[in-house]
Amino acid sequence: MSTIFWITLAGAVLTYLTRIGGHLVLSRFERIHPRVEAGLDAVPAAVLTTLVAPAAMEGGPAEVAALVTGVLIALAGGGMMPLFLSSAAVLILLRNIL
Amino acid sequence: MTADTYAEAHPASEFLSGVRASIPVIVAAAPFGVLFGALAVENGFSASEAMLMSAAIFGGASQMVGIDLFGARVAPWLIVFSIFAVNFRHVLYSATIGRYIAHWTPLQRFVGFFFLVDPQFAEAEQRVEKGRSLGFAWYMGVALPLYVFWIAESGLGAVFGRLIPNTQALGLDFLLPIYFLGLVMSFRKRAMWLPVVGVSAFVSVVAYHTIGSPWHVSIGAVAGVLVGALFAPKAFREKRP
Repeated sequence: MSTIFWITLAGAVLTYLTRIGGHLVLSRFERIHPRVEAGLDAVPAAVLTTLVAPAAMEGGPAEVAALVTGVLIALAGGGMMPLFLSSAAVLILLRNIL
Repeated sequence: MTADTYAEAHPASEFLSGVRASIPVIVAAAPFGVLFGALAVENGFSASEAMLMSAAIFGGASQMVGIDLFGARVAPWLIVFSIFAVNFRHVLYSATIGRYIAHWTPLQRFVGFFFLVDPQFAEAEQRVEKGRSLGFAWYMGVALPLYVFWIAESGLGAVFGRLIPNTQALGLDFLLPIYFLGLVMSFRKRAMWLPVVGVSAFVSVVAYHTIGSPWHVSIGAVAGVLVGALFAPKAFREKRP
């Protein structure tokens, strides 16, 4: 078997452990403390933000303009698809004219 | 509302409602999947190896890091460790989602957690936020199309990747941050949202420049979670019996 196969296999096992691990640890506790509960409620925003922030900081005017467009559309009540398509349009437009 | 109640009772329609929720995610992830396949081939993978990686690991960012390091001839154990590091944030997803699936059988959990990728987690959290139950049929309705398309896109990218014109001009490299921004915005009604986002953003950027990628994700995330745990109103609520 090739190196790629073993890397993939080991990477898959460890990835699965991260996906079930949090639950396995937490399910050992009968009751979840309110602070833990509040922390877990913050998980989506906390994790997903870290996937955007460095990209935004590294980005040029086109990237920043695309993200700002997305924020404005969300604040105006737009859903995921309008947000995604408008931001992508701004990005592609600016990248091609700047 | 009646449609929702109906959907809860019938696994088949609940599954279909999950499939509908998966469509925008598939659109957003598609360019990334194709890009992964194309880059995998450039880094010495065959088309079937690229698809195997997508099927076994099923985690876009970690796969990108994996092929990149493989192409750079980094030691295999370090590649595996990097994949683990990129995916470490899933521990938090797993702990969070685990609260809503007490009614799943052990087998359903073992299967379900395999598919707990970023958009899957976000869709599930949004469903819970709307006050609806997180059923296994709905969950798999979201997961299976994502999974099948992800593998297929890797294959397409691997075979036809050379045909992609200018990925930079098409903005392909930046579609995922835009998509994740959309997800972040979708949670803005939650307690302490702005402080959590602000602290996560700040800490992840600092960590990105000091400690380096991919640990900035876990470090920034933990900082944001701590803000929620320490200051959210829920944290001060008396324990209920």
